[in-house]
Amino acid sequence: MTHKLLSTNTGQTQLMLGNEAIVRGAVEAGLSVGATYPGTPSSEISLNLFQISQKTDLYFEYSTNEKIAVEVAASAAASGVRSMCIMKHVGLNVAADPLMTLAYLGVKGGMVIVSADDPMMFSSQNEQDNRYYALLSGLPMLEPSSIDEARSMTHYAFDLSEQLNEPVILRTTTRINHSTGPVKLAHIQPVKRKGTFKKDPFRLVAIPSVSRQLHVQLLENIKRARELSESSKLNTITGSGQWGIICNGVSFNYVSDAVADLDIGNQVKIFRIGFSHPLPENQIKSFFKECEKVLIVEEGEPWLETQVKALAQESGQTIPIHGKSDLLFSRLYELEPAKVRSVIAQYFKVTDSKQTGIDTSDLPEIPGRPPNLCAGCSHRATFYAVKQAAKSLDKPVIYPTDIGCYTLGVLPPLSMADYLICMGSSVGTSCGFSKSLDNKVVAFIGDSTFFHSGIPGLINAVFNQHKFTLVILENGTTAMTGHQPHPGVDMMQFNLDSFTQISIEKMVRAMGVPYVATVRPYQIKKSIEIFKEAFLYDGVSVVISQEPCTLINKNRKKRPFMVTDKCKNHRICISELACPAFYIENNFVKINPAQCVGCAVCAQICPENAIIPVKEA
Amino acid sequence: MMKPIRLIIVAVGGQGNLLASKVLGDAAMRAGIPVVMSEIHGMAQRGGVVESALIFGNANSSIISDNEADILLGFEPSETLRALKKCHKNSCVITSMAPLPPFTVNIGKGKYPDLKNVKSLIQQKTARSFFLNATHLAQEAGNILSVNIVLLGALTATGMIPLSQKQMKDAIRNTVKKAFIDINLSAFELGAAAIA
Repeated sequence: MTHKLLSTNTGQTQLMLGNEAIVRGAVEAGLSVGATYPGTPSSEISLNLFQISQKTDLYFEYSTNEKIAVEVAASAAASGVRSMCIMKHVGLNVAADPLMTLAYLGVKGGMVIVSADDPMMFSSQNEQDNRYYALLSGLPMLEPSSIDEARSMTHYAFDLSEQLNEPVILRTTTRINHSTGPVKLAHIQPVKRKGTFKKDPFRLVAIPSVSRQLHVQLLENIKRARELSESSKLNTITGSGQWGIICNGVSFNYVSDAVADLDIGNQVKIFRIGFSHPLPENQIKSFFKECEKVLIVEEGEPWLETQVKALAQESGQTIPIHGKSDLLFSRLYELEPAKVRSVIAQYFKVTDSKQTGIDTSDLPEIPGRPPNLCAGCSHRATFYAVKQAAKSLDKPVIYPTDIGCYTLGVLPPLSMADYLICMGSSVGTSCGFSKSLDNKVVAFIGDSTFFHSGIPGLINAVFNQHKFTLVILENGTTAMTGHQPHPGVDMMQFNLDSFTQISIEKMVRAMGVPYVATVRPYQIKKSIEIFKEAFLYDGVSVVISQEPCTLINKNRKKRPFMVTDKCKNHRICISELACPAFYIENNFVKINPAQCVGCAVCAQICPENAIIPVKEA
Repeated sequence: MMKPIRLIIVAVGGQGNLLASKVLGDAAMRAGIPVVMSEIHGMAQRGGVVESALIFGNANSSIISDNEADILLGFEPSETLRALKKCHKNSCVITSMAPLPPFTVNIGKGKYPDLKNVKSLIQQKTARSFFLNATHLAQEAGNILSVNIVLLGALTATGMIPLSQKQMKDAIRNTVKKAFIDINLSAFELGAAAIA
C-alpha cells in the first residue's frame, strides 16, 4: 500500500495533521534528504518521513542529535539536493552552532529547518520563542497560519531557499503541528537523489578571512530576502477601516475569528505576516499611515512588536502601537480565541460578544489524572532498586535526571528527580554537584538521551575524575516521543538491515569509565546489590539498567499477577512502587490483570510473598 | 457562511478519542462542511487526559476557549465534569457515565465525585444533557473498545452536529479497520438509540 501522503490525486482534498501537511509539502517539493532528532510537537513529521523513505528515493535519518541533523541537511544542500531537518524549539539550541555559521556559508539546494515551538509547554521544559533565531542568524523565516498553508509554505520554503541560497526556517507552534484541517494536494516533484559538489574552499571553509567575506554576503542576502518579503503573497492585508492589527501564525486565526464575531470587519485592517523574517518594512510603514491605532497580536515574546515600533520611530509615526502589556497580552503561555477577542474589543472600545459562561465554582474537587510511568515500566523498578541501595549510604543522595519518560520519576512516591535543565544535563550537572556538595550524586539518563548529549559529559567526568554514579536506562527505544530508533537499537528486529547497533556498555568501557556494571531491573535483589557496590566506588561509576520498554516488548510473555489472601495490608507495593495496575477494593490491594504485564517487581518486594502469578486457565 | 459549531471531546488515554475525531472530520469533509480540529494528547499512553476540539463551519481557530463549546462530548464522567468550564449556558453535554477512576483514587488518595451529583450538576448548568453507559453499550455491541463509536452515535442522534447518521456511518466505514466495521456500526446504533 502506498503511503497516504504520497497520493498522486492532485487537486484532491485530504484531512491532515499539520505535521502531515508539512511532510506533504516537502514531498511535493522533491525532498531528497531529511534528518531529525525526535521532539514533540514535531515528532509526526519524522515518523511519516521515515515511513516514506522506505518506499521512495527519499533518504531520511534519525540523527543522534539536532546539531548532527542540521549538519546532515546542510551538506546535502551544499551538494545541490533539497534537504530538511526537523526539531522541536529547544532542539534548535543544540543545533545553534552549525545554524549560525551555515547562514554565512549558505546553501545550493533548498534547505528547510523546521522549528516546532511549544507555547504553553504542553511537552517541553520551556516556551522559548524561536523567532529570535531568525533575527540572530539572519535567516529567512516563514510562519503558516493554517494546515493547508503548512503544506504550501513548506514547498515554497525550498524554492525561497534556492532563490536566496540560504536555509529557510519554517517556524510552527503546537497548534499548527497538532491541528487537523483540509489540505489540497498538489503535484509531487521527482526527487533529485544525488547532487554534485564543486570545490570552493575560499567560500565554503569558514576560516576567519573567509567568514569576513561571507558575513558581507549574508547581509546582502538579508537585503534580497527583505525585497522578496516586501512583495510576498504570504504577507496579506485584509479588511478595511481606521484600525490596524498586525499578527502572525495561529494568532491570525484568533484575530480573524474575533473580527468576524465582533462584526468590525469594516473598521479594522488585519496585516497577517507569513514571511516574517525579514519583515516587509515598507509595507508596515505604509500600513501605519492608514491606521489610527495598531494592535500587535502574537504569542510569546514581543518579537513583532519591538520591530514594528522601531519602524514607526523610523518613519516618524506617533500612532499608538501596543501588544504585550499588563492590560493587553501576556508573554506567558499560548493565546486563545476568547482572550484575543476580549483584548481586541477592549483596545478598540467595542462590545465583546462573549457567551454567558457557567459558574463552576461549586463543582466538587475532581481528582487529577497526571501522567504516570506505565504498569510494569522498568524505570519504576530501577528507581526502586536505586532508592533501596541508597539507604546503605551514610550521606544523603541527590538525583540529577534527564529528559524522557523517566522524568516522570519526579512524582511521588518515587520522587527520584532533583535537578533537570535540558537534554544531557544529568551528566554535566553531576560533575558540578559532585565538586560542590558532600552528597552522593546519582544521575539518571535514558539511552537515546545518552547518545544525544550525555556522552561528552561522561567523558568530562572520566577526564576530570568526578565522583558520581550515572544510571543509564537502556530500554532500547526513544519511548517518550513515540518509540523512534536510536543508535543503541537493534534494527534487525524491524527487518531493517542497513544499520549498525552500538553497544552502550562497550562504549562506556572504551571511554575509560573505571566501574561499569549492568543490571536487569526486574531482578530487584541483584540490582540493589550492584547499585550498592557502584555507589561506593570512589570515582565515576556507570550502571546500565537494561530492560526493553514494556509498551513495545513483544518477546516477553505478559502473565499477570494477583494478590492472594496472604496479604496483610502493609501496602508497600502502593507506597513504594505505585504501579497503575494496583487498585484498592474492600480495603485490600488488587491488581488489574488487564494492565499488569507480569514484571513481578511487586511480588519480589511483598513482605508476605502474597503476590503470585495468576494461574493459567 | 456557516455559523461555527464548537465541539469538545474529552477522554482518558486509550478510549479512542482521536479515532472519534477522525470519523467526525472525515464525515464533515465528505459533506462539504468546513472543519478544523486540534488535539492535546497529554501523554495519553501514560494515563493522561486527551482533549480534542472540533469546529464545524466558518472559523479559522482550531482551539476552543472556556465558555465557548456548544457541545461537550465526554467519554468519562469525572473528565466531563472537569471540562464543564468549556461550556456556556446553552451548551449540550453528552457523556458516558461509566467511571474510570484515576490511579490516585484507585490507591485511596483523592475522592471520585459522586455520579448522581455529577449528573445533577451537568443538568443544572447546561441547556441540554444526555447520559449513557457507553461501556455497557460497547460490550453489548461486541467490543469494549467501541466506546468511542457508541458516543458518536449518541452525539449524532442529538441533532447538534450538522451530520446525518448515514454520513457518520459512511465515515465509520471509511475510517475503522475492516474487521471492526460491523461491531462499530452496531455500537453507533446502540449509542443513538440510548438517547432517543
